[in-house]
Amino acid sequence: MDKKIKCKSLIIEGTKYRTHLTKKFENRTNWEKPDERKIISFIPGTITKLNIKKGQKIKKGQVLFILEAMKMKNKVCSPLSSKIKEVYVKNGESISKNQIILEFE
Amino acid sequence: MSLKRKIKDLQKRREEVLSGGGEKAIEKQVAMGKLTARERIIELLDEDSFHEYDLFVEHEARDFDMDKKILHGDGVIIGTGRLYGAPVCIYAQDFTVAGGSLGLMHARKISKIMDHAMKMRVPLIGINDSGGARVQEGVNSLAGYGEIFYRNTLASGVIPQISVILGPCAGGAVYSPALTDFVFVVDKISKMFITGPEVIKTVLGEEISMEDLGGAKVHSEITGNAHFYAESEAECFSQIKKLITYIPWNNTNKAKQFPPKNPKPEYKIDDIVPGDPKQPYDIIDVIKAVVDDSEFFEVQKLWASNIVIGFGRLDGETIGFVANQPLVLAGVLDVDSSDKAARFIRYCDAFNIPIVTLVDLPGYLPGVDQEHAGVIRHGAKILYAYSEATVPKITVILRKAYGGGYIAMNSRHLRADFVFAWPGAEIAVMGPEGAANIIFRKEIASAENPEEMRKKKIAEYKEKFANPYVAAAKGYVDSVIEPEETRRILLHSIQVSAHKAETRPIKKHGIPPF
Repeated sequence: MDKKIKCKSLIIEGTKYRTHLTKKFENRTNWEKPDERKIISFIPGTITKLNIKKGQKIKKGQVLFILEAMKMKNKVCSPLSSKIKEVYVKNGESISKNQIILEFE
Repeated sequence: MSLKRKIKDLQKRREEVLSGGGEKAIEKQVAMGKLTARERIIELLDEDSFHEYDLFVEHEARDFDMDKKILHGDGVIIGTGRLYGAPVCIYAQDFTVAGGSLGLMHARKISKIMDHAMKMRVPLIGINDSGGARVQEGVNSLAGYGEIFYRNTLASGVIPQISVILGPCAGGAVYSPALTDFVFVVDKISKMFITGPEVIKTVLGEEISMEDLGGAKVHSEITGNAHFYAESEAECFSQIKKLITYIPWNNTNKAKQFPPKNPKPEYKIDDIVPGDPKQPYDIIDVIKAVVDDSEFFEVQKLWASNIVIGFGRLDGETIGFVANQPLVLAGVLDVDSSDKAARFIRYCDAFNIPIVTLVDLPGYLPGVDQEHAGVIRHGAKILYAYSEATVPKITVILRKAYGGGYIAMNSRHLRADFVFAWPGAEIAVMGPEGAANIIFRKEIASAENPEEMRKKKIAEYKEKFANPYVAAAKGYVDSVIEPEETRRILLHSIQVSAHKAETRPIKKHGIPPF
């Protein structure tokens, strides 16, 4: 079985192994710390009601907008008390997954 | 009417039903590159062995003008036959009749043959080719699915259940195959998903083809839902026939004994595994070097290939092999490979198939994605499966067995019956590099030349711990063997454990980390 094997390397606990990698492993996305000052859609849908505008002061728990998705009207509430820095969507707009909707200061 | 005329009448009735969904529908089926349901059964089973039941069953639906429709056999064929000599119960959905849609009587026919398989304790084969629930029959078709799932669950671990996906199998219908032991798929023909491309597009705006969403390749390489992938229906049938030779008819029997054969001489066990534990090799070559006739029947070949599972024979007896694959991701355990191995171990345990575990792994795969995907929960499955299994369990440690990986891979501590190690085995908490960095951290940091000191300490650790003798001194390893002795010792171990009787505490059931 004297096969020359073309390999990549994988480090486990300080040791570098020569091996093939799987597609899944190579395509994995690197983790990023979520930015709590940005509201990003986790599901595609439509903004059916936008309660806030740029510059507005917001209290924690206040309803920011309604996102209609999967036949449900989802109330999206503010995770913190802050001021709206920017709104990236308009009322009635269809949004995709992972789209930035607004940003706090 | 004379008997002769009655026989003629029967023949006419049969002929009528055997025409299935009619010429046009059959033409369509052929155009899709598919055989008809009846052709499939005949092709798969031993010649002239099939006998059909419930040919004259008719549906009872009345709404939406259904009372005016005749659906031959209600879109499914059921019966008994032989497969490689083994008695089997079989059903095949007939896509030419109302798209193979499942109504009440269709489901009743399937349930009937399932009950029969359970009563007779013989394998059940289901050929799926159906558009899904028969919408006109409303909740009755849902009830039908539920009845099938319940039977699949009760039959699990009692009789072998084989699902063959030869067409669409969508929505609730896919849960029946998912509950069975082995799922066979064919390229461009099999399609499995819970919600189809159209629903995904309307709800989520994602556009994807049926093939990319739930085709044969997807389920063989990405999801792990399928166990065997074939390019054609003919290839698929020969895979099923092969599988049947390796498994018993039910959980009170052993698999059929074959005449013993030596491995092929071209597989030289001494030459396969490189001495350096960082160098890869194909573990399948090692398996082929020990099994009869070097014949290994791999399961889930294309998914989570950092672990290899499958069947081989030792002295003619079926053995389940579980082996780390250093060729892929250095053979680590991760979410998918743990899942894959654990299920296979439970299969072997349920059907009296001894398990041989070949160990060569650096541990678990590090990464945020792994941790967040639940590698704790999934990794625990393999511990659970090995600990629970009472079939003969034999372990051979070829090279690395580090950390949690050592424990998980059927160690003595999880009640392996025999643990052997090759002289190059390194049984330790971690690899020498990692261990030296922790144990000698201060000495390395304070040394004049830290790099040199690190190398020295790694060598020191290697000398002391990177061997099988520390574990052998504690009796965790029963014997250190030469690679060339492996087959002989495996045969011996299987022979002496032929009457193994081991019990576990009586309970309703455990709570495995599903």
